[in-house]
Amino acid sequence: MPNNTTQERLKAEARGLNFFYNGGIQALKNINMPIYDNRVTALIGPSGCGKSTYLRSFNRMHDLYPGNRYEGEIRFYPDDTNLLAPEVDPIEVRMRVGMVFQKPNPFPKSIYENVAYGLRVRGERNRRMLDDKVEHALRGAALWDEVKDRLQDLASNLSGGQQQRLCIARALATDPELLLFDEPTSALDPIATGAIEELVHELKKRVTILIVTHNMQQAARVSDYTAYMFLGEMIEFGKTDEIFIKPKDRRTEDYITGRMG
Amino acid sequence: MKPLTTEEIRAVIARGKLKDTLFKALGILCLAFGLFVIVALILDMAIKGSERFTLDFFLNFASRRAAQAGILSAWVGSLLVMFVTALAAVPLGVAAGVYLEEYAPRNWMTQVIEINIANLAAVPSIVYGLLALGIFVYQFGFGQSILSAGLTLALLILPIIIVATREAIRAIPAMIREGSMAVGATRWQTCRYHIIPYAMPGILTGVIIGLARAIGETAPIITIGALTFIAFLPPAPLTALPDGGTAGLFDWVTAPFTVMPIQIFNWTSRPDPAFEINAAAAGFVLMAMVLAMNALAIWLRYRMRKNIKW
Ligand SMILES: Nc1ncnc2c1ncn2[C@@H]1O[C@H](COP(=O)(O)OP(=O)(O)OP(=O)(O)O)[C@@H](O)[C@H]1O
Ligand SMILES: [Mg+2]
Repeated sequence: MPNNTTQERLKAEARGLNFFYNGGIQALKNINMPIYDNRVTALIGPSGCGKSTYLRSFNRMHDLYPGNRYEGEIRFYPDDTNLLAPEVDPIEVRMRVGMVFQKPNPFPKSIYENVAYGLRVRGERNRRMLDDKVEHALRGAALWDEVKDRLQDLASNLSGGQQQRLCIARALATDPELLLFDEPTSALDPIATGAIEELVHELKKRVTILIVTHNMQQAARVSDYTAYMFLGEMIEFGKTDEIFIKPKDRRTEDYITGRMG
Repeated sequence: MKPLTTEEIRAVIARGKLKDTLFKALGILCLAFGLFVIVALILDMAIKGSERFTLDFFLNFASRRAAQAGILSAWVGSLLVMFVTALAAVPLGVAAGVYLEEYAPRNWMTQVIEINIANLAAVPSIVYGLLALGIFVYQFGFGQSILSAGLTLALLILPIIIVATREAIRAIPAMIREGSMAVGATRWQTCRYHIIPYAMPGILTGVIIGLARAIGETAPIITIGALTFIAFLPPAPLTALPDGGTAGLFDWVTAPFTVMPIQIFNWTSRPDPAFEINAAAAGFVLMAMVLAMNALAIWLRYRMRKNIKW
């Protein structure tokens, strides 16, 4: 880890993280990695190396399916809880850690209801409060101007890029501390992709971001830190400039320069 | 291998096309046969029973004289029994289906339950009748009533509703469930706001198919002792009774009753051929009820699916 990161504040830290899928396949092997507050951290690596598996550990998504097993810890700050501890309720974790999926997955409901859903789940009934937060979240996702006159329209009538920004608004509405993105632009055209990248850049003022991407330029453009994963292991982690300019590990270099993956 | 010449390619396509045409013709033939049989049956009943299609036929009770006999107690009985059946079977079936899909752990217990639901669907309806005679009629003391009949048919269609619910839930993409859980929803919130509403078109279709099956059931209803000749209606809530009292809200559920298929069966077993006209007319009415239910199912499904796109 570079020394010049000492002034950074930790938001989360994986310690000795192992993960086993149902069949016993070990998808993550002894991962140790810091995630810094109000920074964008990119996860890169060839297909099947465990990026999604790692990302989905942060909001305990694996708990939805039987038989999956974690070992090790993900410490979460400032309160220093272990997100993976059995006594920590996964629902509590998901209330603090938001997620945006690879394919836009709006609910077949109105635009308004999509964004308000997380608040409703938290028991918010006050109409004024809901209206305010929905607007704030849609502005945060740079979607407000496009949809403000059609909040009651079905979300499925939006374009793919708008749907993805709607999903970002849905995640933002509940003020998460950490936001997970799993290849959020892989289903989008270059213009929609550009909009999302700009948004990620804007959002890091409010929230810490962990983003999986297959696109090297994207990682270089949006992230402050980059981690390279290979076959379930964390090969290299560092400042994005350093990883892309002079990677320490031969495998990282091969991947970044396109000799592999 | 040498590349094919244009003529050869055309010959190959022509051979393929011939089979295409043959299969298409066969398919249309099979379809036409099925349709022909059903249309012929309905038309036959309609023509035979045509002279009975008057308002009186629907408003008269059964009678010893064929020309005066009507289906009032039968169609009212059928509707009331269906109402009780739906009221009992829908919540039970939907809850069971949601539990199995969303909550149940995948272990041998669940497996056993799943296999047994499939078995339940295959149990002959007369067996449900015997079971209900023992449990609802005698054990619980519901008597030979609309309530007993409704609950019996509810048991009969429960597996259909459970299976329909599960199929409908399985058609919902996992990413919708994950999207809901990812903002911190509980399983129940996910079911209440997403799974059940999105599964509703499929569930409703299953419910109506189940009810359409139940409305034609005869054997279990006879087994629990429905009357074959009845000249009064169940007491409507809050109306005056012949003995001077007022009917309670739920008195009708314990009333004796008859249903359409029993009325039809009763008429066909009379020696007087005039009753066959009644039977045909009532058969047509029953058929129309079933078709109307199916039409309703199709319409509801269309209406509700319009807004559900992934
Ligand atoms: N549900 C599952 N059950 C069992 N094994 C799984 C499951 N999901 C993923 N895996 C395995 O875990 C490993 C890591 O998969 P993961 O989806 O995390 O990769 P990834 O880096 O996100 O790949 P991609 O870039 O293609 O999305 C792979 O070998 C994969 O086959
Ligand atoms: Mg992935």
